Amino acid sequence: MTTAAPRAHRFDVTRVRSDFPILRTQVHGHPLVYLDNGATSQKPRVVVDAVANFELQENASVHRGVHTLSQRATTAFEAVRALLGSFLNASDPSEIVITAGTTAGLNFIAQSYGRSMLRQGDEILLTEMEHHSNIVPWQQVTQAAGARIRVIPVTDEGELDLAAAATLITPRTRIVAVAHVSNVLGTVNPVRHLADLAHANGAVLVVDGAQAVAHLPVDVGQLDCDFYVASAHKMYGPTGVGFVYGRLALLNAMPPWQGGGGMIQSVTFEGTSFAAVPTRFEAGTPPIAQAIGLAAATRYLQALDQAGLAAHEADLLSYATSELAALPGVRLIGVAAAKVSLLSFTLDGIHPHDVGTLLDLHGVAVRAGHHCAQPLMRRFGIPGTVRASFGMYNTRDEVDRLVEGLAEASKVFGG
Amino acid sequence: MTDASELYQSIILDHNRSPRNYRPMAEANRQAEGYNPLCGDQLKIWLRLDGDRIADASFQGSGCAISKASASLMTTVVKGKTCHQVARMFDSFQRMVTGQGGPVDDLPAKLAVFAGVREFPMRVKCASLPWHALKAALESQGENRISTDTGV
Repeated sequence: MTTAAPRAHRFDVTRVRSDFPILRTQVHGHPLVYLDNGATSQKPRVVVDAVANFELQENASVHRGVHTLSQRATTAFEAVRALLGSFLNASDPSEIVITAGTTAGLNFIAQSYGRSMLRQGDEILLTEMEHHSNIVPWQQVTQAAGARIRVIPVTDEGELDLAAAATLITPRTRIVAVAHVSNVLGTVNPVRHLADLAHANGAVLVVDGAQAVAHLPVDVGQLDCDFYVASAHKMYGPTGVGFVYGRLALLNAMPPWQGGGGMIQSVTFEGTSFAAVPTRFEAGTPPIAQAIGLAAATRYLQALDQAGLAAHEADLLSYATSELAALPGVRLIGVAAAKVSLLSFTLDGIHPHDVGTLLDLHGVAVRAGHHCAQPLMRRFGIPGTVRASFGMYNTRDEVDRLVEGLAEASKVFGG
Repeated sequence: MTDASELYQSIILDHNRSPRNYRPMAEANRQAEGYNPLCGDQLKIWLRLDGDRIADASFQGSGCAISKASASLMTTVVKGKTCHQVARMFDSFQRMVTGQGGPVDDLPAKLAVFAGVREFPMRVKCASLPWHALKAALESQGENRISTDTGV
């Protein structure tokens, strides 16, 4: 296995950039400035190499074969589970379910935990800043059960209204589902506080960690959440794989979600007995090579100087915030006190999609639109935003390129 | 290297800033809504048909400069045209913005400003959304709603 950068090496963005070959790409004659990390982050060579090495040298299915390669693949796959368990500070590797990604993970929790325990009159509490992935699966199960969804509002600054949250969480609340970090606002939500509120009312807390895992240390013990869900591809790993942390006592009581091979103990035409947790929730051949890549990405993240990485991203956020705030016509959407390195904004008189196209012509890749958070767009009364979401490899120079591109966009539309 | 001015020609910027026929129409006898779920662009088209001829056309909606200018210019060129003429314009416009080739001689000259859209595949639907809504309005009785995800 290829090893990541040695530990205790001070965070060095130049060194990090050299690990990501795609950053040398040219777009429309300009060096790529990749600021769409909230959609998907780029992958360091060690991740791509880990996937390729597995596919080329070690490929076999897991949990099935008695042959050597299958046993090796099974060992490697279970090692991914153990690594993720320690990465999240879970108390047992069995608390980690390998999924196809955050969306699949949230659907799993909704369909397994939600569907089996929701009753008429129960409530699920979401927030106004949720991604559609943390809204739609809950709608599907509440409608079936006769339960209903309530919503914690968002303040003008882009923070959760915690006073409202305290009154919205009641003994009728069964599930509170919240983003750890908003994909639009960058807000870091007070997960532990919400966990305490939920638990005091007998509810569980589901955390959508898709936007958090690349930026924050996640300790499910400290957060005291019941479920934590994320994707590999937003934390410098491959697409098509993700994970769910679930409290073991909850997982053990949950019915299977999808049926198929791998999740059974024995099958007859009269009935089936199911495998133990967590394989009970992993029907079918899992994304094995991708999981190997996820492990490489996790090790890559773990090997970095954490304090240095956090300081680098905090510097990018503060620099970009002050540079953009100084541009005429820019309105920042989301100015919470606790944020990851992500900026959403609108530019007066120019639709976000036009801004996105004009920035692309300068080689600057951003996301423009509603970001799969239409209720939040309605909350702020806008059709969409431009979102610059930073990763570990971005630099102040790249913020300058963004600002130049925006000034140019204003010039094109102002003429 | 592609230049911004190939896409954002001055006529497009002008129609984006000051869209023509940007109003609801009480006396309309055809209307349709167009919606692009990918980007959230939406617009409503009103038509007053006098026999087979478009006597008046108007629109309102929210969207990017490309979709707004396309809707605005479209309302100016279809007024006074027959349904058959507009159907031919629709086909020509599609051929032009998708870059698939073929004759575009049915198209009024000023719509050529959208030829640059073909270099931006992600933006083709922005330009064509108003035309699809127009087509839906003509082919329907009364109200209609189309989406770029269902056949556009």
